[in-house]
Amino acid sequence: MTHPTGSARGWLTAFMGISRRETLRFINQRGRFLAALVRPLVWLFIFAAGFRAVLGLSITPPYQTYVLYEVYVTPGLVAMIQLFNGMQSSLSMVYDRETGAMRTLLVSPFPRWFLLGSKLIAGVIVSIIQVFTFLAIAWFWGIRPPVWGYVAVIPALIVSGLMLGAMGLFLSSAIRQLENFAGVMNFVIFPMFFASSALYPLWRMRESSPLLHDICAFNPFTHAVELIRFALYLQVNWTSLAVVMGCLAGFFGAAAFMYDPQKGLWARRKGGPA
Amino acid sequence: MTAAALQIDHVSHSFGATQALTDVSLTVPRGGFTALLGVNGAGKTTLFSLITRLYNNRSGTIRVGGHDLRREPSRALARLGVVFQSRAMDADLTVRQNLIYHASLHGIPGRLARPRIDEVLDQVDLADKADARVSALSGGQSRRAEIARALIHRPDLLLLDEATVGLDVKSRAEVLALTRRLIARDGVSALWATHIMDEIAPDDDLVILHRGEVLRAGTAAAIAGSQGLTQAFLDLTGVAP
Repeated sequence: MTHPTGSARGWLTAFMGISRRETLRFINQRGRFLAALVRPLVWLFIFAAGFRAVLGLSITPPYQTYVLYEVYVTPGLVAMIQLFNGMQSSLSMVYDRETGAMRTLLVSPFPRWFLLGSKLIAGVIVSIIQVFTFLAIAWFWGIRPPVWGYVAVIPALIVSGLMLGAMGLFLSSAIRQLENFAGVMNFVIFPMFFASSALYPLWRMRESSPLLHDICAFNPFTHAVELIRFALYLQVNWTSLAVVMGCLAGFFGAAAFMYDPQKGLWARRKGGPA
Repeated sequence: MTAAALQIDHVSHSFGATQALTDVSLTVPRGGFTALLGVNGAGKTTLFSLITRLYNNRSGTIRVGGHDLRREPSRALARLGVVFQSRAMDADLTVRQNLIYHASLHGIPGRLARPRIDEVLDQVDLADKADARVSALSGGQSRRAEIARALIHRPDLLLLDEATVGLDVKSRAEVLALTRRLIARDGVSALWATHIMDEIAPDDDLVILHRGEVLRAGTAAAIAGSQGLTQAFLDLTGVAP
């Protein structure tokens, strides 16, 4: 018998299979795609229009001139799509665990880090499709970054999507039941989103609360937003890139540890991963 | 000498202060049907979770086809086909989509998987349900689909954890007969966990597990003796099966 992990083709087949399943699930859940689009569009069409008059923005990198609030908030909404997608992947991992589908994945002869990494990459591909659909609609709304910005943002989306997906993966290893997921919304998604530079620049935050500014500056989601913002305008925010890469390594390492039966924490608990 | 399909030596496992398995040893010979009999809570599922590496095995050794699960997990898992106690297929996908997914998890590309899927669905009498969603299958069909999934990568050893639980008498008999047919025709080995006496034939190898310990191992006929298997089980465990 040919050993499945003995050839590059076997690894590629496994990756393609996991990606295909994630795509099929995504296609089967049209409501999920719609929700992923409607959420940022509501923010863009209603929230941003309302706040345009209230929030004044000075010229701040990467922008070289005054920009409308809608323009400022768009990279934050792009990152929001990826944040929710990462959490959706996490939710689907918990669901798979509850229904038993997760066991099929975990008894595969391929190593856990590879299986989890493949699931992560598949989730990022789905999130990038959502992001570009959003950016296309935003273009008609007058949000028009440089044309090459749409290309330059792809690597940033990959890295930030991986980081947010890895965070979701790590969270999924710690959540034991689907019902507990509401806690993630309250204690992870909302604080991460609001305590970031997605909706307001950090200098504005400092004016109202230096402590809150420091929290926002420490938030990895802020760096995902800034990485995307700079990339859309053909620049690289090296600090944000370093933070996002570091957090990606940290979250993925922690998730791989938690899912590994030889090292992880949950195999020692009654009930285990199955 | 050919290695046994499954060799478990001195395996113990605990969840905190609760001892789930104590010094369990058993062998599943190649091409044999071994029944693992025990009431609910005996430790059957814990043992299966250790064999499939869902739980970390910290004491004793588990070898699948001679491959140590701790040292060569990939080689050991590649030889296992598992039917879990509860549903493990994606209910939103069709039977075929599930099988393609499972084949890919064993490195089998679609080109090779497709004819194999037709073959295993034929084996389990589900050829006409290939494009039905798993959620639309009956209990018996669903279990047969799970067996097809477990067979797709041509495993040497089938692990079936209470594979007939929740099925009516007819479906139960079909699933059991199918497993025995696979052993006779394809030479796979099977470890069949159950708490139902009727599923065990006199010639089967039998391991009685109770409160995490192996109380007796041998052929079912030898363990049953003249008093019958139900009485023998009652005498050994003090519990009616």
